[in-house]
Amino acid sequence: MAAAAAAGPSPGSRPGDSPEGPEGEAPERRRKAHGMLKLYYGLSEGEAAGRPAGPDPLDPTDLNGAHFDPEVYLDKLRRECPLAQLMDSETDMVRQIRALDSDMQTLVYENYNKFISATDTIRKMKNDFRKMEDEMDRLATNMAVITDFSARISATLQDRHERITKLAGVHALLRKLQFLFELPSRLTKCVELGAYGQAVRYQGRAQAVLQQYQHLPSFRAIQDDCQVITARLAQQLRQRFREGGSGAPEQAECVELLLALGEPAEELCEEFLAHARGRLEEELRSLEAELGPSPPAPDVLEFTDHGGSGFVGGLCQVAAAYQELFAAQGPAGAERLAAFARELGSRYFALVERRLAQEQGGGDNSLLVRALDRFHRRLRAPGALLAAAGLSEAATEIVERVARERLGHHLQGLRAAFLGCLTDVRQALAAPRVAGKEGPGLAELLANVASSILSHIKASLAAVHLFTAKEVSFSNKPYFRGEFCSQGVREGLIVGFIRSMCQTAQSFCDSPGEKGGATPPALLLLLSRLCLDYETATISYILTLTDEQFLVQDQFPVTPVSTLCAEARETARRLLTHYVKVQGLVISQMLRKSVETRDWLSTLEPRNVRAVMKRVVEDTTAIDVQVGLLYEEGVRKAQSSDSSKRTFSVYSSSRQQGRYAPSYTPSAPMDTNLLSNIQKLFSERIDVFSPVEFNKVSVLTGIIKISLKTLLECVRLRTFGRFGLQQVQVDCHFLQLYLWRFVADEELVHLLLDEVVASAALRCPDPVPMEPSVVEVICERG
Amino acid sequence: CFPDTVLIYTLSTARALTPQTAETDAIRFLVGTQSLKYDNQIHIIDFDDENNIINKNVLLHQAGEIWHISASPADRGVLATCYNRTSDSKVLTCAAVWRMPKELESGSHESPDDSSSTAQTLELLCHLDNTAHSNMACVVWEPMGDGKKIISLADNHILLWDLQESSSQAVLASSASLGGKGQLKFTSGRWSPHHNCTQVATANDTTLRGWDTRSMSQIYCIENAHGQLVRDLDFNPNKQYYLASCGDDCKVKFWDTRNVTEPVKTLEEHSHWVWNVRYNHSHDQLVLTGSSDSRVILSNMVSISSEPFGHLVDDDDISDQEDHRSEEKSKEPLQDNVIATYEEHEDSVYAVDWSSADPWLFASLSYDGRLVINRVPRALKYHILL
Repeated sequence: MAAAAAAGPSPGSRPGDSPEGPEGEAPERRRKAHGMLKLYYGLSEGEAAGRPAGPDPLDPTDLNGAHFDPEVYLDKLRRECPLAQLMDSETDMVRQIRALDSDMQTLVYENYNKFISATDTIRKMKNDFRKMEDEMDRLATNMAVITDFSARISATLQDRHERITKLAGVHALLRKLQFLFELPSRLTKCVELGAYGQAVRYQGRAQAVLQQYQHLPSFRAIQDDCQVITARLAQQLRQRFREGGSGAPEQAECVELLLALGEPAEELCEEFLAHARGRLEEELRSLEAELGPSPPAPDVLEFTDHGGSGFVGGLCQVAAAYQELFAAQGPAGAERLAAFARELGSRYFALVERRLAQEQGGGDNSLLVRALDRFHRRLRAPGALLAAAGLSEAATEIVERVARERLGHHLQGLRAAFLGCLTDVRQALAAPRVAGKEGPGLAELLANVASSILSHIKASLAAVHLFTAKEVSFSNKPYFRGEFCSQGVREGLIVGFIRSMCQTAQSFCDSPGEKGGATPPALLLLLSRLCLDYETATISYILTLTDEQFLVQDQFPVTPVSTLCAEARETARRLLTHYVKVQGLVISQMLRKSVETRDWLSTLEPRNVRAVMKRVVEDTTAIDVQVGLLYEEGVRKAQSSDSSKRTFSVYSSSRQQGRYAPSYTPSAPMDTNLLSNIQKLFSERIDVFSPVEFNKVSVLTGIIKISLKTLLECVRLRTFGRFGLQQVQVDCHFLQLYLWRFVADEELVHLLLDEVVASAALRCPDPVPMEPSVVEVICERG
Repeated sequence: CFPDTVLIYTLSTARALTPQTAETDAIRFLVGTQSLKYDNQIHIIDFDDENNIINKNVLLHQAGEIWHISASPADRGVLATCYNRTSDSKVLTCAAVWRMPKELESGSHESPDDSSSTAQTLELLCHLDNTAHSNMACVVWEPMGDGKKIISLADNHILLWDLQESSSQAVLASSASLGGKGQLKFTSGRWSPHHNCTQVATANDTTLRGWDTRSMSQIYCIENAHGQLVRDLDFNPNKQYYLASCGDDCKVKFWDTRNVTEPVKTLEEHSHWVWNVRYNHSHDQLVLTGSSDSRVILSNMVSISSEPFGHLVDDDDISDQEDHRSEEKSKEPLQDNVIATYEEHEDSVYAVDWSSADPWLFASLSYDGRLVINRVPRALKYHILL
C-alpha cells in the first residue's frame, strides 16, 4: 500500500513544479542584469571621473570649474597678461556672455510649451482614476461571496473522499496479495518458457515482502515454493552459463540474472573469468598455431590483425562485461580482473614477440611498422579499460624494443654495406689491368664508395623514419619523440655508423700484416680521402639530414658534429700516415737490400746509375700519380734557381767536415762541441716519421724522407772502397736529380743525400771522390 | 746536489757503449770508437758524481773499429769487443777478449792532458772467433757468473765459449745455428739474468728467439715480433718472463715469453728506428730507448713493472689488511708515460745504457761521438723511492 501511495503522487507533482522554476529564476536574472548595468555605469562613472585629470578640478582659475573664483581669476589675468591679451579676453568674454544669454532665452521658450501640455495630461488622469476605484470595490465584495460558497462545498464532500481513498488502498493490496499467491506458478511457467529475465524480475519484486512477512504461515509456504523454484532457476542459469558456447553477451546476461538472484558475486567472478579464459586461451592457441614451427606463417600484419581482432577484442569484451557486472565488487574485483588481463596479456605479448622476432631479419620496415601500429592501436582499448593491468605500457615497451632492434639491425646493415664497398674496392684494385685500359680510377672508386654509403644511410634513415610517422599510433609516445630520435637514430645509428666506419678504417693501420702489407696501399689512400671528405662535408650533411627528419630534441646530450669531424680527421690522418709508412717501407726495403747485398769494397768503377735507383724514382713517380688522383698538390717552398744542377762532392758542405772530423787531440772536444752547437743553430732536426698533411707534396715528402733516412742508416753500416763511394755519389746525384720535384722543401733532400754521401765517405778508408762533372755525365746518360 | 745534469763529452765517430759492469761503486762507462782512418780507441769515462765532472782515460784498440763492446761482470779489467778488420777488399768482424792495464781498472784520476800523451794499449787475452765463424754481431757475458762464460753471435750461429786459464784461452763449449732459407743473421742478443742464467734471447730479422744454454736448443720463438728488423732486446731484471724489444718499425714492445702471440705493451714514441732498449737494473719500470731520430726517451712503464702499485711498504701485516692496502693502492692507478725526451744529440743514437753503480744515471752515445750523461728526474726518483 505504501508503495502504491508513493507511486501515485510522484508523477503528478512534477508538472506542478515546473512553472515555478522560471519565476524563481527571473528575479535573480533581473538582479544580475541590474548588477551588470551598475557595473557598466560604475565603470563609466569611474572613467568619467578619471578623465579630467589634465585640468585640476579644484583650480579656482578654471572658468568652467566648480571652484571658480572670479576675484582670483581676474587677479591672475591682470597679473599675467599683457594689455592686448586683456583686451582680447575681455571681448571674448563679452561675446561668450552674449551667446549664453541668447541660449538661455531659447531654452526658456521651448520648455514653457511642454509645461502647459504636462498640466493638461495630469488633470485628465485624475478623472480616470476616480472611476477605477469604484469598480475595484465591487470586485472585492463578489470575491468574498465566492469564498464562502467554496468552503461550504468542501465540508460536505470531506467524508466521501476519505472513504474512496481507503477503498483504493485495499484494492491495491489485494492485487499484490494475488500476485504473491500466483508467484510460484508464474515462476514455474517462466522457467519452463525460458523467460529467465521475467522470472528473476518477479522474484526480485516479491523477495522483500516475503522476507518481511515470513512469520505468517501462508507467506512462508509461498516463500518456500519460490525458493525452490529460484534454486532451480539459478541452477539452470548456471548450466547455461557453464555451457558457454552462446558467446560473451549472453553469458553476461546470465551473470547479470544470477547476480540479481543473489548468488555470491565472488564465485561468479571466478567462474566468469574462468570461462573467459577458456575462450581467450583458444584464441591464443590459434595464434600460436599460426606461428607454428613451419615458416609459411601469414605475414606479420595479418598475424597482428588476427591477434587484435581475436584475442584483444575478446579481452575487451570480457573486461567491459566484467566491469559492468561486477562494478559492485570494488577494488578487489578490479584487481582480480587486472591480474587476469595481465597474465593473459603477457602470454599474448610473448607470442607477438616471437612473431616479431621472426621479422627481425627482414628488410621491409613498412610492413613491420604497420603491424606494430595495429598491435599498439588495438591494445589501447583494453589499456584504457584496464589501466591497472599495464597492457598498453607493455605494448609500448614491445614496440620500443622492436624499434631498438630495428635500429641495431640497420646499423649492422650499414656496416655490412661499408665492408661490402671495401671488398669491391679491393677487387677493383686487385683486378689485373687490361693493357691500355686503366680500369676505374681511384677517384671514380672513391665517388662510388661515397655515394653508395650515402645512399645506404639515406635508405636506413627513411626506413626508421616510418616509426615516427604521424599516423602511427605510437609515434607520440615519449620514447619515439625523444630518445628514439636522439639516442636511437642520431647517436646509435648515424653516429654509431660513422664511428664504426672510422674504426674499421683505422683497423687497417693496425693490421698485423704490417710487413706483408695485406691492405693495398691504394685502399689506405682511398679510405683516408673518404674520411677527409666526411670530415669536411659529409658528416655535417648527414647529421643535418637526420636532425631535420627526426627533429631531435635537446634533452639528451648528443655528439656534436665537431667531435665526430675531429674523429674522422684523425682517422684520415692516421690512414695517410700509415700509407706513407707502407710506401716508404716498400722503397726502403729496396734501398736496404741494394746496400746490404752489395760488396762495396771490391766494386768496380761506376759507369751507370744502379738500376735500383731508377726503380726508386719510378716507384716514387707512380706513387706521386696515385696520390695526385685523390689529393691536392700542396705547397712547396720556393725553389732555388738551379736545383737539378747541384752536384755532390764528398765534402760538399763544410758542415759535414766539421761534424765528422776526428778529434783525438785533447783540445778537440771543446772545438767540436762548439762546432756542433753552432750547427745546431742552423740545421733543424728532421722528423722522419712525422705526421703528414692532407696534400700530395706532404705525402711524397714523408715517403722520400723515410727512404733516404734508411739509405743513410744502411750506408753507415757498411765499409766502402773508393769505387763504392763513387757509386754512392753517382746514385745520390741521380736521386737528387729526380726526387727534388716531389717534396715540399728540396733542401731536405739535399740535406739527407749530403749526409748519405758524407757517411759513405766516412766509411771509406780511401775516400777519393769522383769528379762532379763525371758524376753529372753518368747521371745524364741515364 | 746537482740538478738532473746533462753532461756532454765528445769523441770520434762511435757506436759502442757499455757500463763497466763489475764496478759497483764508481760510475764508469766504456766507449769504443769507430774509425777507418785512425787508430781506434776505448775511452774509459769516469763520472765524478760529487763534482759533476768527467774524467777520461784512453786505451788504444789497434785491432780495428769497434762495433760492439761489453764488459765482464766479474772482472773490472776484462772486456770483450766486436771489431772490423779490413784487409784489402774484405771486411771481417771479429771478437776478442781484452784486459786493460791494472791502474786503469778503477779509473786513474790523472789530468786529461797527461793521459792523452801516453795512450796505453789493451792486452789481448783471447780471440772469440775461428776460421769457421766470423762476422760477429755481438758478444754477451753470462750476467751473474764468474766471467767465464760468454756468448757470441756470428752470422747465423750462436756460440757459447768457456774462458779458461784466466781468460787467456777460449774454448768453444757448444753452439747452435739457425736453420732455414735465406741469409739469416743475428743482429743482437741478451743473456737472461733469471733461471740460473740458462737462457739467452736473440734477434734476427723480425724474429725473437729464446735459447737454453745447457742444451743449446730453442725455447720460444716470437715470429714477426716487429714489423721490420729487430735491433735490440733486454730482459726485465725483476720479472723473469718479461722482455723488451725494439726495431726499425719505431716501436718498443714488451713481451711475456710465456705467451708470445701478442706483446704485453707497445710504445711508439720514436720517429725512426729504435736501436737500443734498456731496463733499469733495479727499478724495472724505467725503460731507456735510443733511436736514430737522435732522441733518447726515458719511459715509465709502471703497469707492467714488478711494482705496479708503487713501492709497498712492508709485508709484516696480516693478509687481509694487506689486501685492503693493495686495494687502496690500486685506487690511485699509476700511468705508463714518457718521463723525458732527451734531445742533446744531433745524430743517430746507437747506444744507451744505465750505469752499473748508480741506478739513477744513464749514458747515451750518438754517431758523431757525443756521449751524454743524464740523471733520472729527481721528482720521479723520490716518487719511486718514497
